[in-house]
Amino acid sequence: MRFSEAFRDPALAEKLFTEIARTAETLARSRKTPVTVMEVCGGHTHTIFRYGLKDRLPDTIEFAHGPGCPVCVLPMGRIDDAIALARRPDVILTTFGDAMRVPGAQGSLLQARAAGADIRMVYSPLDALELARKNPDREIVFFALGFETTAPSTALTVLRAAREGIQNFSLLCQHILIVPTLRALLEQPDFAVDGFIGPGHVAMVTGTHPYEFVASTFHRPFVVAGFEPLDILQSLLMVLRQLEAGQARVENQYARVVPPEGNPAALAAMRQVYETRPDTAWRGLGTIAFSGLQLRPTWAAFDAERRFALTPHTVADPASARCGDVLTGRIRPTACPAFGRDCTPDAPLGALMVSSEGACAACYDYEGARQVA
Amino acid sequence: MCLGIPARITGIADAAAMLAEVDVHGVRREVDVLCVAPPDAPLEDLIGSWVLVHVGFAMSRISEPEARATLALLAEMGELHEELTAMQDTGKAGGSHAVQ
Repeated sequence: MRFSEAFRDPALAEKLFTEIARTAETLARSRKTPVTVMEVCGGHTHTIFRYGLKDRLPDTIEFAHGPGCPVCVLPMGRIDDAIALARRPDVILTTFGDAMRVPGAQGSLLQARAAGADIRMVYSPLDALELARKNPDREIVFFALGFETTAPSTALTVLRAAREGIQNFSLLCQHILIVPTLRALLEQPDFAVDGFIGPGHVAMVTGTHPYEFVASTFHRPFVVAGFEPLDILQSLLMVLRQLEAGQARVENQYARVVPPEGNPAALAAMRQVYETRPDTAWRGLGTIAFSGLQLRPTWAAFDAERRFALTPHTVADPASARCGDVLTGRIRPTACPAFGRDCTPDAPLGALMVSSEGACAACYDYEGARQVA
Repeated sequence: MCLGIPARITGIADAAAMLAEVDVHGVRREVDVLCVAPPDAPLEDLIGSWVLVHVGFAMSRISEPEARATLALLAEMGELHEELTAMQDTGKAGGSHAVQ
């Protein structure tokens, strides 16, 4: 019943399910293994579990839940960096609510706040800047998270702070890029993903061109998708049809929001403010070259790492959780020995269990009861 | 953080600073509209149009039917309430939203 309620057009949903089943059957005849499609974005992961899409698809189709949830790939050491800054009496640390429960080696930001650090959740970096205006005697540090979707907002906030001459505002910059990360995944020799459902709101900023290499160099279909259940079904069918025809192209299912060239003003702000870091650590994925952003030297005054001479922490991922294998699609969340036992949404061991867009939390919330029994 | 929320632009708060006022399901706030500003027209042209807002920045102009369908979906998924609470409680010391 929830299907008919969930879809804007239930008749179209039924048609898509039928057509997906037909295409999957044709594909299954020519291959021994299931077709694996990676949805890159955590928002898509959430929708897939929330609407139980997998239950209505043939067994010959598997989803691999990709790395596109910024909270889920936040390494423990970076949480420790944020806590170290927040413990300074002159600092108010601000960040998005999603980051509060992610465990670091020294606990989470929520625990640090309970222990007396001044940590505040903000909806927008603009609200962090407003705190800086209102508290001229305090240092406001914004722990900036997210992919290309939110990186322009932080860049525009830095430009705004510079224009206004605000001197007590800085960033702990943890913005990351999806394009080099996809390349790193595709370069792994045992990466068994046949095609991609691409991240709609990242592509809204970047446009569709940066993903051409996925098709041209790595011969995988890549379909930029919207966030409704119907969008995901339609995008999945577009991927399967390419596979059936032996093609690999970038297609745009979410053209109502994603222009091919992206958002020029957002891209210009990113170029003006950021440069790539030589190396960035990801939880579960190790270090990926040029996958993270830092402020250009021009904006050094807004860089909390320089301002407070921060020595970055590096902490190994917890050994008992197999977050990396889930992130790269090698195992399903339920195949991790910690899933639902040592690692639950109430007491997360890995970050995939923290955010509702994390594969493990989404899986636990919507399938957990029958899987862990 | 990544889903975005549809909002209708109701007025221009500060044209020089690229700030507009939006209404999201009855909640009002200022958002940055630099990324959706029409290049050769006054900012006032945005009034009445719908945009997709990510963390306080309008990132894409969308149609009204698209906006209403997305709002309905967010409400059904229980994410509309969470987003609106975050917008209202922002920056408070010891705020309780998003952490249960």
